[in-house]
Amino acid sequence: MTGRNVNSQPSATAFAAVAPAAGAPNTPVVALSGVSRSFGPTRALDDLSLTVQRGEILGIIGRSGAGKSTLIRCLNGLERPDSGRIEIEGRNIVGLSESELQPIRRKIGMIFQHFNLMSAKTVVDNVALPLKIAGWGKAERRARALELLDLVGLSDKAGSYPAALSGGQKQRVGIARALSARPALLLSDEATSALDPETTRAILTLLKDINRKLGVTVVLITHEMEVVRTIGDRVVVLEAGRVVEEGEVWHVFSDPKTELTQSLLSGVRPQLPAHIASRLSQDGQEVVLGVDLTDPALGNGLFAEILAHLPEAHFLHGGIDHIHDQPVARFFLTVPREPASLADEAAAYLRSINARVEVLGHVSRPV
Amino acid sequence: MSPVLFNLLLQSIWETVLMTLASGVISFVAGLPLALILVATDRGGIAENLVINRALGWVINGFRSVPFIILLVALIPLTRLLVGTSLGTAAAIVPLAIAAAPYYARVAEVSLREVDPGLIEAARAMGGNRWTIVREVLVPEAMPGIVAGFTVTLVTLVGASAMAGAIGAGGLGDLAIRYGYQRFETGVMIAVVAVLIILVSGIQWLGDRLVARLDHRA
Repeated sequence: MTGRNVNSQPSATAFAAVAPAAGAPNTPVVALSGVSRSFGPTRALDDLSLTVQRGEILGIIGRSGAGKSTLIRCLNGLERPDSGRIEIEGRNIVGLSESELQPIRRKIGMIFQHFNLMSAKTVVDNVALPLKIAGWGKAERRARALELLDLVGLSDKAGSYPAALSGGQKQRVGIARALSARPALLLSDEATSALDPETTRAILTLLKDINRKLGVTVVLITHEMEVVRTIGDRVVVLEAGRVVEEGEVWHVFSDPKTELTQSLLSGVRPQLPAHIASRLSQDGQEVVLGVDLTDPALGNGLFAEILAHLPEAHFLHGGIDHIHDQPVARFFLTVPREPASLADEAAAYLRSINARVEVLGHVSRPV
Repeated sequence: MSPVLFNLLLQSIWETVLMTLASGVISFVAGLPLALILVATDRGGIAENLVINRALGWVINGFRSVPFIILLVALIPLTRLLVGTSLGTAAAIVPLAIAAAPYYARVAEVSLREVDPGLIEAARAMGGNRWTIVREVLVPEAMPGIVAGFTVTLVTLVGASAMAGAIGAGGLGDLAIRYGYQRFETGVMIAVVAVLIILVSGIQWLGDRLVARLDHRA
């Protein structure tokens, strides 16, 4: 236990003081192997394996019913798997009793969709509750809670009750509470799903800040690709309790392998405009190409070069997006169908610069 | 009203207040833990144990099914054992408390069940044990309902204490029957009813004030 000597770092800033004790650098914070969990005939988790590396933000995305909630609850033992191993900091927690799980849970913070703040406690007492559970003294836990409230920008609300706060403020209190006992791992259970877009962005920025400045590993589940896009380092796509796709966020965004991922991405990636998509057919004088390209040079003139190289092509829709610092291009072109070599040459050129090209169909002029 | 009757009225008020408060406190101290056991041992509760849950449920229902006037008489041996006599104000406290405790247990149970399960989950996620959940979540979060339910119980006890007059418990109900009804002392009857209205209103007012102070939910 490293938690109790809160006063041992008198000159530390709020951020430095909350930095978690570094564990062994190479052990994954979380390692699941062959985890299954059924509810009656429904397999919520089906032989699932994944690892979470220290310091990363892992987004777990899937539709409702994909097993996300069961999965995240397994990570702190709120849910027990039927089989498999769940290692937290190298220790298998499957089969531990409630009382054995309690000290482990104290090192794992959790934030919730509906915040789950105690209505009968003031904001500062809510933030101090995990410390009370961990056995801290009254003065120490209050000092620590105020430090955390400062971190999330709510020092002036310490004495308020949660009912007096907005949704975004409640979630900030939830985050402060989750971090108060210096967890190495933060679990986020749809933490922004009940918030409006603007508040969502503010909360995601805060989570990212906390991850970067404190080094806290974050596992978040969401059904919104936008959340993963904004703060995720890696993403795991879940369907029917299985991992169907997994990888770095920019990579999955530029090259989604499964239909589910493509459909989850449809809201955050350029799509062929519906009025053109509805007119796609076998005949028509223009070939419609869909292009995906990831190349650091995109931010450095490559895009203009591509367009200059294809003078016959019409740029329809799309552009460059940045996921973290990685430029990811997705766009749609039309190329005249006759002569037939034009489209082939365009496709061949694009493939030569490692783009993925897809012939989506034909459309008649005017596009 | 003669000075004698007036003194009798004061005496009766004191006896009613004593019976109500004493049996109220006992029913609170016994009923709240019973309510916690009912909620904790139920399916999906923090200490699920359906055998205990069903058994306790039956016992509570059993006590609540017996009409109070019957309970009053049936408990005379127990009352004698505990108080040494089956007559008087102190003796009435035993059946009143035994009738009110299961009643209050059910009232408090409703409030405890209304606590958002998400809050219990949050406390578990923090590494809290069952006792933490009871002390930091269930009881504080249900407190407005626990107090409102206790207010209702106290008001019910004021009424029930009148029946305890049947075993010579004294109190306002006894006074109303013996003087107001049997001796046609209309003044006594009116005074008793007036005092009861003030008493009940006072209890309700205090209870409501306390609930408003405790409730931070909205």
